[in-house]
Amino acid sequence: MTKDKLLERYPRSPEALLALLHALQGANPGQYLLPEDLALAAAHVGLPLSKVHDAVTFYSMFSLKPRGRHIVRLCSSPNCHLAGAWSALEELKRHLGVEVGGTTPDGLFTLELTSCLGACGVAPVMMVDDDVVGNLTPEKIAATLARYREGR
Amino acid sequence: MRRIQVLVCSGTACQSSGGERVKRALVEAVADRDLLEEVQFVDTGCMGPCELGPVVLVYPEGTFYVKVRPEDASEIVEEHFLKGRPVRRLLWTEGAPAPREIPFFARQKKIVLRNCGAIDPERIEEYIAVGGYEALGRAVTAMTPEEVIAQVKRSGLRGRGGAGFPTGTKWELVRGGGSPPRYVVCNADEGDPGAFMDRAILEGDPHAVLEGMAIAAYAVGASQGYVYVRAEYPLAIRRLETALGQARKLGLLGGNLFDTPFSFDVEVRIGAGAFVCGEETALIASIEGRRGEPRPRPPYPATCGLWGRPTLINNVETFANVRHIVLDGPEAFAAVGTERSRGTKVFALAGNVRNTGLVEVPMGISLRELVVEIGGGVPAGRELKAVQIGGPSGGCLPASLLDVPVDYDSLTQHGAIMGSGGVIVLDDSSCMVNMARFFLEFTADESCGKCTPCRVGTQMMLGILERIVRGAGRPEDLVRLEEIGDTMKRASLCGLGQTAANPVLSTLRYFRDEYEAHIRDGSCPAGVCPNLVRYEVVSEACRACDACRRACPTGAAQGAPRAGPYRIVDELCIRCGACFDTCPFEAIRKLPRGGKG
Repeated sequence: MTKDKLLERYPRSPEALLALLHALQGANPGQYLLPEDLALAAAHVGLPLSKVHDAVTFYSMFSLKPRGRHIVRLCSSPNCHLAGAWSALEELKRHLGVEVGGTTPDGLFTLELTSCLGACGVAPVMMVDDDVVGNLTPEKIAATLARYREGR
Repeated sequence: MRRIQVLVCSGTACQSSGGERVKRALVEAVADRDLLEEVQFVDTGCMGPCELGPVVLVYPEGTFYVKVRPEDASEIVEEHFLKGRPVRRLLWTEGAPAPREIPFFARQKKIVLRNCGAIDPERIEEYIAVGGYEALGRAVTAMTPEEVIAQVKRSGLRGRGGAGFPTGTKWELVRGGGSPPRYVVCNADEGDPGAFMDRAILEGDPHAVLEGMAIAAYAVGASQGYVYVRAEYPLAIRRLETALGQARKLGLLGGNLFDTPFSFDVEVRIGAGAFVCGEETALIASIEGRRGEPRPRPPYPATCGLWGRPTLINNVETFANVRHIVLDGPEAFAAVGTERSRGTKVFALAGNVRNTGLVEVPMGISLRELVVEIGGGVPAGRELKAVQIGGPSGGCLPASLLDVPVDYDSLTQHGAIMGSGGVIVLDDSSCMVNMARFFLEFTADESCGKCTPCRVGTQMMLGILERIVRGAGRPEDLVRLEEIGDTMKRASLCGLGQTAANPVLSTLRYFRDEYEAHIRDGSCPAGVCPNLVRYEVVSEACRACDACRRACPTGAAQGAPRAGPYRIVDELCIRCGACFDTCPFEAIRKLPRGGKG
């Protein structure tokens, strides 16, 4: 969908800003917001560009830097911590070869930390895009990443 | 009605452990044996015991299967559905096939979660079949808005999101807060680490929330509502959107509901990863498309909320309670709970506890009943040390306070809060100083930075705590922590900063000796803080395999292969834990530094 078409689906009002930014970000392969996206959004909802930039930099889910095709978010909250999230993090770093915030050279994955995903019953937990993966073990991490690598 | 109903949990936790694959396997196995006419499948919301997922409940007899794998499907169909013999190895407890016989379920009282795990949240017909939207119909056709408010006030319902403000009073304030348009907002920005009751309600019974909102809208005189959900909950968002579409289609949302002049519709707004947006004024700013920063109150949203209009903001669980008050009457609602905390509360149990998951209990039961009897206590061989309740705004209560009743006022009195209902159970392997540091790290990160006490205070406290867990604590640190905490409590702009010090202050109150051991003796009694432990080889378990010596980067692990137990020279040890992680025989243990093994 072109960005113009995408814009049409959102009301021309500031209250549409966050939803519009989510959509624009998702429409870019690198899952980030380009400078022209911010300008488009500002013009569409009728806010100064500075206000849009203000909001974008406030919320942790918006990125102004290119990211991978899939975002791997490991929960870093206390319950996951108690269940061994840090070994899971080491495992993810080792597998992906990147630090937190880094993107793999093939552009497939970005590794991030997130606050509680609300799936503490199956801690430690990560989310790959919209999929929640719990009870993380080294094997499960490897299998999950492999599945995304193969594009399934 | 078919002979057998198979309820498969499709909540986030069970899905993440393969619930969908289990359902597909069951459907295939049923089809293979030509039983599709006799067996009905229902995808439900969360049934509660999340760590046992995927869970499957089979009616009419109510057999509860746990940790079901796709490979188990044929056996369940063959043995149970065909021959009538439950598969014993998949039952939670051998002797108790049905939920009502399992203590985890038997001790609960489900009002809010009544439909959660019992109906398909994606089919409005199922919600209507169990009395859904009846309360809304009764409210708008047979009651005046004032009567609805009076009922909610009489019920004694208090906000389930944290502060516990009387719900009926809030509704009254909004109704009298100024001329229309007025708005109703559902706060589903559940961000407390360890809290997942709102996610479960939205995923398992979204219509109950929408119905509660519609009743509230009728009472306060609003015609537009918003649900603000955090973006981390994609499944909840999807189910909510589905529910909205279905309710509109059946005319249960939209114009002239139940052929009355009352109109009400709801839109979903999605957050973008900012914890502070759970604070009501920040949430309003975020819906309006701005940075989610709080502003000073008053004016309260009841008079000056969304776009400056009177706005009612309640939490998910609060709205989900409303229909029961209208349907069963305020007296029935108030009969459960305590004098000042009426009704039930949903808690999310997690941490070092046997039965993690979602439970609903009458207010006023003791922490012991909640954590030990329903939660099953800490895993074998461990001792319960503390219960963290209320998340980053709450506090840690020690095991000696297990008899404290779980209600708003008792918890506050002891330095914790009800909060949204996240309960983290900690056993003796947890370091309380480290736990406090963990929460401060969270609030320091999530502080929006607008007001100084919170922005600087959280950083200062975090700095001190990091110093203490590193072994560089100073004697005056504890008093400093209390001073900064006290200032933040009194001077911060919003609830985030006002309560951010609670995890530290409550652990200082009950576990001061642990802080002192870190500072004075350079020792972490729980053996958690890396700089404050020492490693020791358990001679009897050591097989002299040489793995630790090879892993050790400083030559502290010493010995020769097959020549008696190895040893670790404390002076050379940098406490990296490589030996501990490597040892295949669990022959290396962590001890508090300076302590005796």
